[in-house]
Amino acid sequence: MAKLRTRKHKVVLARSAGGDAGITAILVILGAFMFIPMYYVVIQSFKPLDELWMFPPRFYVTSPTIGNYTDLFLLMNTSWVPFSRYIFNTVFTSVVGTVGNLFFSSLAAYSMAKIKFPGGKTMFKTVRTSLMFHQTVTGVTSFILMSAFRWIDTYWAIIIPAWATSLGLYLMKQFMETNVHDTVLESARLDGAGELKTFWIIAMPMVKPAWLTLIIYSFQGLWNQGSSIYIHSEQLKSFNYAIGQITAGGVKRQGASAAATVIMMLVPILVFVISQSNIIETMGSSGMKD
Amino acid sequence: MSQKTATKKAVSRKDMTKAQWTWKEMKRNKVAYLMIAPYMIIFSLFTLLPVLLSMILSFTDFNMLEMPTKFNLDNYIRLFLDDDIFITALKNTFIFAVIVGPASYIMSFMVAWFINELSPRIRAIVTLIFYAPSISGQVYLVWGTLFSADSYGWANAVLLELGIISEEIAFFQDADWVMPLCIVVAIWTSLGTSFLSFIAGLQGIDRSLFEAGAVDGVKNRWQELWYITLPSMKPQLMFGAVMSITSSFGFGGIVTALCGFPSVDYAAHTIVHHLEDYGSMRFEIGYSSTIAVVLFAIMIGANVLVKNMISKVGS
Repeated sequence: MAKLRTRKHKVVLARSAGGDAGITAILVILGAFMFIPMYYVVIQSFKPLDELWMFPPRFYVTSPTIGNYTDLFLLMNTSWVPFSRYIFNTVFTSVVGTVGNLFFSSLAAYSMAKIKFPGGKTMFKTVRTSLMFHQTVTGVTSFILMSAFRWIDTYWAIIIPAWATSLGLYLMKQFMETNVHDTVLESARLDGAGELKTFWIIAMPMVKPAWLTLIIYSFQGLWNQGSSIYIHSEQLKSFNYAIGQITAGGVKRQGASAAATVIMMLVPILVFVISQSNIIETMGSSGMKD
Repeated sequence: MSQKTATKKAVSRKDMTKAQWTWKEMKRNKVAYLMIAPYMIIFSLFTLLPVLLSMILSFTDFNMLEMPTKFNLDNYIRLFLDDDIFITALKNTFIFAVIVGPASYIMSFMVAWFINELSPRIRAIVTLIFYAPSISGQVYLVWGTLFSADSYGWANAVLLELGIISEEIAFFQDADWVMPLCIVVAIWTSLGTSFLSFIAGLQGIDRSLFEAGAVDGVKNRWQELWYITLPSMKPQLMFGAVMSITSSFGFGGIVTALCGFPSVDYAAHTIVHHLEDYGSMRFEIGYSSTIAVVLFAIMIGANVLVKNMISKVGS
């Protein structure tokens, strides 16, 4: 409660102690609901076998071990397709997909936000409307298109659609609109810089928080990708899928499975911790005006 | 560049017809179309075209092997009158969305609002705690461990210890339990983009508005919330609503991962599952397109409805 009272306003705003206490209580309860399952995965991954199978289950570990992690790596070595291949697949599609998304979405966002041309607004409205439906709606017919392009069972089926995400363009465009000022662009144009050059030299360096946000969203989506309907060949499948195969191995693999989950969740969490302030800054302009 | 002179010429717009002027503007902005082209081509191919294609195929019996032979309303009739599982799925989808959507939205806003006045470092930590489950891939599988069917699961252990039950409950295989549990897990993973957008929106409100409010007689934090905070962040409230609604209707992967496919007695079967079943398992593309079109219509409808509601906040 004391923490809630550390305000630095000149005017003292109306805050009741009862309200502070209530808010703190709700935050603690909700926080526990969010945190305990995450914490439990981490604890499970360090439990030796006898503690994993103990009644009643414990929320702490008495003799922690990294055995589950070494088990996991041993299991990885027994897989038919070398594990490094799955890791390569995930890293490759994540990186190429993310770089392309950043590049194409920023180009389009700049053009929509900073150049006035017939059709620009309509195109943006279409993209914004597409935020209103989920990808699952387009899954089945995308499959038909992918087969028509002969992209089934290739990396392209994963990578190319990731190059044009609705949310990526939306966030980038909104951020450019509020953070890149027309006067700066105007003077660059007066100096003789073309639109492409203005975009690359002037606008892009001004929207770094939005880049990071786009990179993280795109990367998270691709990194967490499990089995895809577009991919059949074992050697093209993702790391996440392979980890799932290991953990599906049943009771004996409970420990290794917890270790795998911890490894998979660590990457997105670390990335978010590093970039949190930039993401929040980008979200500042995410609002919809109408 | 010649843009400045071109702008001067375009001033004499009155001398031209609208079509002439548009054409001129288009030629003048060639580079803008060039920049937008790669994105719009991919977007059209993999977002717009699939929707249009579904709409067309939903009237046919296309199955990937033979070309469609007829064009009629059979699929829609079959879906609503002859497919009991779809009606179950429809009901479940609405229950999920009506509970998970608002719960996640309100929780996102409340937490963002509560932590707004904390110091930046504490705010960052609390943000991480609430946001982490939504980005951590398949970490929700831990609910399967906590609620596992044997006494090594936390829920069964507690209930056994307290003597409430005498035999373990197979939570995720029990038709009475799958729905409520999946809803809880869905809420747990749902504090995503809208949550971050709310945090940012609250941070962005001009402090002087609150001080002016205090002078004008805002008595407590609830009045402040209603008269100053909510109206000031309407754009974020809109964006957050779209994100929450869309994901609450598109939700299905968690159920499959925790309860298997199909869930016991179809107790947690949603439209998304029905779509996957006919689309990627039975390859009845025509019929699954019909399901996709219905889901699409529901999502858009819910979004438009809620956006209209939010636009009335504070006015």
